[in-house]
Amino acid sequence: MNNFFTKNRELTEKLGFSLLTLMTLLTVIPIIGTVIYIIVQGAPAMSWEFITGFPRDGMREGGILPAIIGTFYLTLGTAIFSVPLGIAAAIYLSEYAPDNRATRLVRLAIINLAGIPSVVYGLFGLGLFVLFLKFGTSMLSASLTLSIMTLPVIISTAEEALRAVPQSFRTVSISLGGTRWQTIRRTVLPEALPGIITGVILGLERAAGETAPILFTGAAFFLPRLPHSPFDATMALPYHLFVISTQVPEMPVQIQYGTALVLLVFVLGMNMIATLIRSRARAKRQW
Amino acid sequence: MEKDLNWREFLITRLIKFSGYSAIIFVSLIFFFLLKEGLPTLAEVPLGDLFSLRWYPIESRYGILPLITGSLLVTVGAGLIAVPFGIGTAIYLAEIAPRWVRNLLKPLVELLGGLPSVVLGFLGILILSPTLRVTLNLPTGLTALTGSLLLGGIAIPTVVSISEDALDAVPKSYRDAALALGATRWQTIWRVTLPAARSGVLTAVMLGVGRSIGETMTVMMVTGNAPVLATGLADLFSPVRTMTATIAAEMGEVANASTHYHVLFFIGMVLFLISLFVNVTASAIVFRQKKRAERILS
Repeated sequence: MNNFFTKNRELTEKLGFSLLTLMTLLTVIPIIGTVIYIIVQGAPAMSWEFITGFPRDGMREGGILPAIIGTFYLTLGTAIFSVPLGIAAAIYLSEYAPDNRATRLVRLAIINLAGIPSVVYGLFGLGLFVLFLKFGTSMLSASLTLSIMTLPVIISTAEEALRAVPQSFRTVSISLGGTRWQTIRRTVLPEALPGIITGVILGLERAAGETAPILFTGAAFFLPRLPHSPFDATMALPYHLFVISTQVPEMPVQIQYGTALVLLVFVLGMNMIATLIRSRARAKRQW
Repeated sequence: MEKDLNWREFLITRLIKFSGYSAIIFVSLIFFFLLKEGLPTLAEVPLGDLFSLRWYPIESRYGILPLITGSLLVTVGAGLIAVPFGIGTAIYLAEIAPRWVRNLLKPLVELLGGLPSVVLGFLGILILSPTLRVTLNLPTGLTALTGSLLLGGIAIPTVVSISEDALDAVPKSYRDAALALGATRWQTIWRVTLPAARSGVLTAVMLGVGRSIGETMTVMMVTGNAPVLATGLADLFSPVRTMTATIAAEMGEVANASTHYHVLFFIGMVLFLISLFVNVTASAIVFRQKKRAERILS
């Protein structure tokens, strides 16, 4: 009897472990499959003209340069607003904030900011930047909207990086007569820099791939030229992919896959750079 | 010189403090603008009409119930996929897999979270929905189920990442004690490790599900966008329309300050309140857990 139970227990464990392994495979394989599939299907579309040319024939031919440049500008614009603000907020939370109600409220606000649906950011951007501040449907409105959406990612990862710097670093700097800001500026920030950069890139990666927040704040359906100023609307890769896969009839599949691949390279490339910076910094770290 | 330094330090400290509070300012601003543009709805559309079953803005029918049930249906479907698979994968990675497998697979799963939702929607249109239409013999492949499958995929990285962290944070001594008492690893997982990590796992589920309610592009592209009231899980096989998709699809075409415009902001307000509720609850769970842990340790 006892023997039977032991056997049964072991059988259950074997079955259970196999089930969990199977579930993991069912989760992981589609991810790898998706990425490989897009690469394979999109590769034939890649050509010099596709990357550097303008769309022709109702976007059914030619290249996607305006969308690539547009996404680049939007990401850059997002960085200009969200990076300084996000890092400063992270410094506040890690170096200055007392442990009290107000700080807990700030943290709760950050968590909520991270959870707000992207389309609601779009509404907010439309209400505040496009209409109330009269920036119009423009790269400026879209970048500002995206940067508020990116903020929580940057704040939380940068704070984590700052907190990982050992307390003793700060103690030494202060004991040498450094002020609080000098300590942060010369000791803490340089040590935390790789972690902060990683966080910034991960935040911007999200901004680069988003469509919903720019739908009504700055995205253009089709633009036969590059945007001239921050007050111009712009094409963008994710919105372009949406347009050519739902709004344009008889769209050649190759151009769709090509656009998806360029977007994927843009986003995953940023992700890989971020991961690389993080792992290199970890390997070099002496504390 | 000394004075100059003090002045600079003062200014910088102020700036940093102000940035620290910016998150509160932004959340308030967002809520304020949603209220400002959304609340006029209550004056323009009678409550009975607002909570009716017909969404047909061209004829000024603004019943948002079909949109709410559409969002719920797709989200429940996504949860049915993301919760078991997400937690199962997290347990495998934290408790069963060798370290190198975990270090390889966890970033890979998190990579899925980084894929733009418009790419998943695109593949949904081109591959998943025709496949479903043929294999399930449906009139159209653009259904709630298609949306649920893709949303499940979008929610999985959140669930895996947070629950794996929670499982990983359970002290090794707990497991050692269980194993020393003669429990198998399987029993240890179910009766010791998972219960010990339950608040983290619960947070993971809430945030994952919260993310699927707010997803926009994927659902807009693959769920067929038919504003029909969903009454049960059987409706998974027919087209639906979610709150997020409605805003995204219609906001571009409405006149500013029209009733339709106000109703769309009203829907945004509902979404904001849902995400506020989910996140406050999730962080309350974490907070309670921390307090309890402190009590045990002291």
